[in-house]
Amino acid sequence: MNPILLAVLSVSVIGILAAVGLTVASKVFAVPVDEKAEEIRACLPGANCGACGFSGCDGYAAALSKGETTETTLCAPGGQDVAEQIGEITGLAVGNMIPVAAVVLCQGHNDNAVIKLEYQGVQSCRMAAQIFGGPKECIYGCIGFGDCVAACDYNAIHLCNGIARVDPHLCRACRKCVKTCPKGLIEMLPLEGTEAAVLCKNHDKGAVTRKECKTGCIGCMKCVKACPEEAITIDRFCAHVDYEKCIGCGACHAECPVSAINLITLTKHAN
Amino acid sequence: MTAYFAILLTAILTGNFVLCKFLGICPFLGVSKKLNTALGMSAAVVFVMALATAVTYPINKFLLVKNDLEYLQTIVFILVIAALVQLVEIVLKKFMPPLYNALGIYLPLITTNCAVLGVVILNVDEGYNFAQSMFNSVGAGLGFMLAMVIFSGVRSRLESCDVPKFLQGLPIVLIAASIVSLSFMGFTGLVEGLLGL
Repeated sequence: MNPILLAVLSVSVIGILAAVGLTVASKVFAVPVDEKAEEIRACLPGANCGACGFSGCDGYAAALSKGETTETTLCAPGGQDVAEQIGEITGLAVGNMIPVAAVVLCQGHNDNAVIKLEYQGVQSCRMAAQIFGGPKECIYGCIGFGDCVAACDYNAIHLCNGIARVDPHLCRACRKCVKTCPKGLIEMLPLEGTEAAVLCKNHDKGAVTRKECKTGCIGCMKCVKACPEEAITIDRFCAHVDYEKCIGCGACHAECPVSAINLITLTKHAN
Repeated sequence: MTAYFAILLTAILTGNFVLCKFLGICPFLGVSKKLNTALGMSAAVVFVMALATAVTYPINKFLLVKNDLEYLQTIVFILVIAALVQLVEIVLKKFMPPLYNALGIYLPLITTNCAVLGVVILNVDEGYNFAQSMFNSVGAGLGFMLAMVIFSGVRSRLESCDVPKFLQGLPIVLIAASIVSLSFMGFTGLVEGLLGL
């Protein structure tokens, strides 16, 4: 037989055999796909951030379709829109979702906080925190190497004058930064509406705090007395606001001698 | 038996596919960041290498050599390996979902990996018989695994190093890879000396 013909024939025969074999195999061994899960998965943002508590968007979609969870509002990046879409597909009741955004509770930027040591090492908050609690005198404050900046998938966190700041327009409330911050400084605050928030986590005594940072909470109790709703409590020389009770009147901010407590108005991200 | 052991040791150490023959560099650099992904990838490579050898050996011997079609080796091997891996993927998905989930991402990735194609072509070039070919391909896979595991360790150390800015990222990884490769030259002559060949 002609060697060229033989070569062409043998390659084509192998190719056709492989194609037929694969086609048959894909029919015979087909795994039934969960259509509902696929549909739900298509609505989800696909960031796989894990804010819902499942292994990712696929995990959440599978859990919803199998009825392992009936919560339709777990997807923080998707917000109310996605919750309603999921409700439509699954027929589950759509809860009311309170939109939140991350806030870094520290004002210890380069002009306010006192530097304790010159840190020369890996530029990472988690590393720096292990050496005398970080380069700033205040061991509770933002270290400012931007571990949260790196963790944010939406580019919503930036370093401004030595501390991290979250842009509420870009924040999708996935809580990755909350888990990343070695000082636990990032908290989720409700969007839409004005809340008082203590931008400090310093638990040192007032006199010590004064030497560490210009805007550190000294635990003077003035805000506690000023608050008409009794929303503020002091725990180990640091005030904390109960956001559910707070009405945003601003009486605490007016009284605070160090401007540690502030009124924060977060606006919804532009979709 | 000594000859088979020599083939296995050569494929793992002195003739390591990644570090001495420089095959399969892409997954070596791409998937070696973490130990568990490196292990998953290597397990898939061992599996596919053994499978590919087992299938391509008879095709080469009974189809290509018999008809003087050796020049078709590359294209036929690619075709067969690709189809085979796809088939294995389908079967795994049906009958062994946990294994599919573990290997799933890596299986299509190495369908036509140059290390897999390299091992079947080198088997032919060396004139190995079936058993020798199998030893060589399993050894090559294990060598790949060894290189991946060593290098993922090196890379995890690199993570916590203060690397100069102009070397950050891929450049320092390539330099580290070259040093690891250099260290494998120390194995030269080991197999002959050890087994008295």
